[in-house]
Amino acid sequence: MSEYFKPLPKPSPTSQPFWDAAKRHELKLQYCGRCKAYVYYPRDRCPTCFTQNLEWRPVSGRGKVYSYTVVRRASARSFGDGPYVLAIVQLDEGPRMTTNIAASPEQVRVDMPVTVHFDDVTPDRTLVKFKPA
Amino acid sequence: MSLKGKAAAIGIGELKPLKEPGNHTALGLMGTVAAEAIADAGLEKKDIDGFLVGMPFSDPGMIYPASAAEVFGLTARMLNVVDIGGASPAGMIWRAAAAIDAGLCNAVLCIVADLNRAGDQRVPTVSVQREFEAPYGNIGANCGYAMIAHRHMFEFGTTPRQMAKVAVDQRANALKNPLATFNDKALTIDEVLSSRMIVDPLHLFEIVSPVSGGAAVIVASPEVAKRAKHPPVWLLGAGECANHATITYAPSIVESPIKPAAETAFKMAGLAPKDMDLVCPYDCYTITVIVTLEDAGFCKKGQGGRFVEEHDLTWKGDFPCNTHGGQLSFGQPGLAGGMSHVTEAIRQLMGRGGERQVKNAHLGYVNGNGGIMSEQVSLVLERRS
Repeated sequence: MSEYFKPLPKPSPTSQPFWDAAKRHELKLQYCGRCKAYVYYPRDRCPTCFTQNLEWRPVSGRGKVYSYTVVRRASARSFGDGPYVLAIVQLDEGPRMTTNIAASPEQVRVDMPVTVHFDDVTPDRTLVKFKPA
Repeated sequence: MSLKGKAAAIGIGELKPLKEPGNHTALGLMGTVAAEAIADAGLEKKDIDGFLVGMPFSDPGMIYPASAAEVFGLTARMLNVVDIGGASPAGMIWRAAAAIDAGLCNAVLCIVADLNRAGDQRVPTVSVQREFEAPYGNIGANCGYAMIAHRHMFEFGTTPRQMAKVAVDQRANALKNPLATFNDKALTIDEVLSSRMIVDPLHLFEIVSPVSGGAAVIVASPEVAKRAKHPPVWLLGAGECANHATITYAPSIVESPIKPAAETAFKMAGLAPKDMDLVCPYDCYTITVIVTLEDAGFCKKGQGGRFVEEHDLTWKGDFPCNTHGGQLSFGQPGLAGGMSHVTEAIRQLMGRGGERQVKNAHLGYVNGNGGIMSEQVSLVLERRS
């Protein structure tokens, strides 16, 4: 396996379950029973009602491209190896995620349906990306 | 509580941005613009008793305000770093006015300067952004604004030509500004659209260029303003708002917290967008101006593209906008890029616009924007006749 030079997430005690699930190729988000809403990214408290009672739940992994860009000239050198599709995906369950779309740039459109795609970028770390549904 | 008429901008200092940082230091540039602003106000350094400063990326540190004040030999009765990104300079103006209104000080030096260290990696310093943004390449500001632009095009039918028009009209303004970085050649819409695509749909000429430089403004009490050299420019209204840091988690990516900020500012001033003689909206990208004009109430949501297409944004046009060229043509010397909108509004209202003077300019609107449409500060300024 070739070396990986891009930034890797360093899980915090708050986010560890998210990254552990991703490594098992499962998408799990926190759920606030009081607000009946999912939370992303992981928090210690619900950003709406501020309760600490958040429960990890599996989600569908389905969503739509809310917006995207093709980064042709990256602001960070580690991403200088060619254009990549950066996107905001809105999950069917509601939350928006910053992610990449594993597709050629010409294929990507706003509002396009996508499904989760787990990218095992290193033996230890899996990033949550999406691909055209 | 209101800050209406409680303090005035009475002096400015601003450097022509440098493409290369050379042998300068950020503190050195700050000293230069501070001296210029103090002289411009008709004050002496000992008259300064408040100090607001932006932390330079090129030379950051904790306990920054006292350290910088020591270098300049200032005694400050109110001092702070203002850390709301590109909105920091506009944010300094109302904070200075509030401190003056509270009786804490009489003349506040607001200062920002930075060196462009091109090639530096812009990796987020906040842990949640390192964890959930950087691994996907959401690094720097370009990507976020590109995603705003795509969504704006999708929801409202905004076109690349409309976005490009902002850069074109502002360049026409820059041609009359000796301080602007890009002031030697007019720009056409086709030239903007044929410049290199950096982050779809934004082209090179729709994105600010990092440069080195600095700017300072003196905000003073009514009593100090009486002995100012130039006509004081009064703060009539101010508003501030932020609801996200990363655009992904904003309630809406095409509607910004400029709306509450501008509403607060206009309400405090007792005025409306239509009353403004000129506007200086933060313009890190072309799309930023379009979203700002919508959210500040100069046109309806979604109509910003059509608005800039139908109006002449030049200093002699029907809607003078960023008459200094905006940061797109002035250049972005770190946080001092945001101050360029403040200094230009002050300059115009003082009647010191030179060849680009807007006729009968008495009221101006300034918006400062931090991060990815995150921190917003709106100001309404007036020169009394």
